[in-house]
Amino acid sequence: MDADRPLLRARGVTRYYGARIGCRDVGLDLWPGEVLGIVGESGSGKTTLLGCLCGRLAPSGGTVEFTQRDGIVVDIPTLPEPALRKLARTDWGVVHQNPRDGLRLGVSAGANVGERLMALGARHYGRIRQTAADWLGRVEIDRGRIDDWPETFSSGMQQRLQIARTLVTEPRLVFMDEPTGGLDVSVQARLLDLLRRLVTDLGLAAVIVTHDLAVTRLLAHRLLVMRGGEAVEWGLTDQVLDDPQHPYTQLLVSSVLHP
Amino acid sequence: MSADDRGAVLVVEGLHKTFTLHTQGGIELPVLRGVDLVVRPGECVALSDPSGSGKSTLLRAVYANYRPQRGRILVAHDGGRVDMAGAGPRELLAVRRRTIGYVSQFLRVIPRVPTLEVVVEPLREFGVPRDLALDRGRALLTRLRIPERLWNLSPVTFSGGEQQRVNLARGFVADFPILLLDEPTASLDVASRALVVELIHDALARRAGIVGAFHDAEVREAVATRTVSLHGAGAAA
Repeated sequence: MDADRPLLRARGVTRYYGARIGCRDVGLDLWPGEVLGIVGESGSGKTTLLGCLCGRLAPSGGTVEFTQRDGIVVDIPTLPEPALRKLARTDWGVVHQNPRDGLRLGVSAGANVGERLMALGARHYGRIRQTAADWLGRVEIDRGRIDDWPETFSSGMQQRLQIARTLVTEPRLVFMDEPTGGLDVSVQARLLDLLRRLVTDLGLAAVIVTHDLAVTRLLAHRLLVMRGGEAVEWGLTDQVLDDPQHPYTQLLVSSVLHP
Repeated sequence: MSADDRGAVLVVEGLHKTFTLHTQGGIELPVLRGVDLVVRPGECVALSDPSGSGKSTLLRAVYANYRPQRGRILVAHDGGRVDMAGAGPRELLAVRRRTIGYVSQFLRVIPRVPTLEVVVEPLREFGVPRDLALDRGRALLTRLRIPERLWNLSPVTFSGGEQQRVNLARGFVADFPILLLDEPTASLDVASRALVVELIHDALARRAGIVGAFHDAEVREAVATRTVSLHGAGAAA
């Protein structure tokens, strides 16, 4: 693949909800191995933007180009549904804020992880189970829990299980919507450390939406700040946090508590 | 850039940095007004100005942590030159990965990550195999007198001096061609300060170019091959 071509390139992404603006004229580039943080308060348009990037929402305007494994560039908003579903199964992963949205609660932890492999054609039961057990280990879930249902897990464990389920197929791009939201602080720190190691080890690219600036400091290489549906500032994460230029970013950064 | 600057690892030209504080009535704080600086391989340039005069701001601008309004920051990188004041994010990250090491007074790490991992991270990013990286990390931690029983603990709970030494280990573990040192000995005892002077001499011996703010006069005299002021005519000397 052409190393100088971004994995994901968005230009002029706009989405209206009737007359109301969801997001307007947002552009971004994401290269392999990079984590991009999208920050802003609720209602800033960050989740709308994420939806447009991953094909869940149809933008009212703009392009979102994704470079596939085979080097072919596809435009997400105009991609036919079956091709989009195939991308979601192979090249992409989505980590939802609420693990219950990303897990199947009626099957075991092992099946939750193995299912994604089977969707890609894996058939050998022993190998699937072995891979599932390995992944439970990687996300720090006791392998002895492989036959337990996710309902019996704590919310932190459920989130780690969702991450295992998402990453087992080795996607090249992962979308995360507030992956540490709703978790206790100590559980959050552990999850962040885990995500960071996985991203580095697997060379993943990720788009992570969060309202938590501390999370981006630890996880994201680059940052996009959104307000009122528009991108008001972007740059390397430490640039945006240590030398914010836009009045809104300055307000955001100066409002964070440093314990 | 003049002909003399051709062998330099770092050339700063006409650098301006003003902070606009929008949350405080839009006050403007001009910190750097036309700074020039040239650093050649094997040189340790000490910034001599008093505190509050922009030494950290300059070092941070060179690392592209702060974004200047005007001027150029040319860094020798991968056989070419990159302008840290104008390059895109990917290029900046590449320069940080392979060319510039930066040691500040403060250690900023992810909770739960063991000290040894924190120290070897720059080598891992550089692509050095894990075993080799760990060997170098252990050797440097030993040299900086961080007890072995602490290597598998997160440095978050360490004393100020220990954190500073972990920070130094992280900065010196990879042989960066350029090192930026912002008060690297601020919270160190005399014995540790001597170790830092040694590390800097070693880096100069392998022809690294170093710029630093050293408030400790003894350390400054021991390491500086040249002293410049950000605001005097001597800045480009």
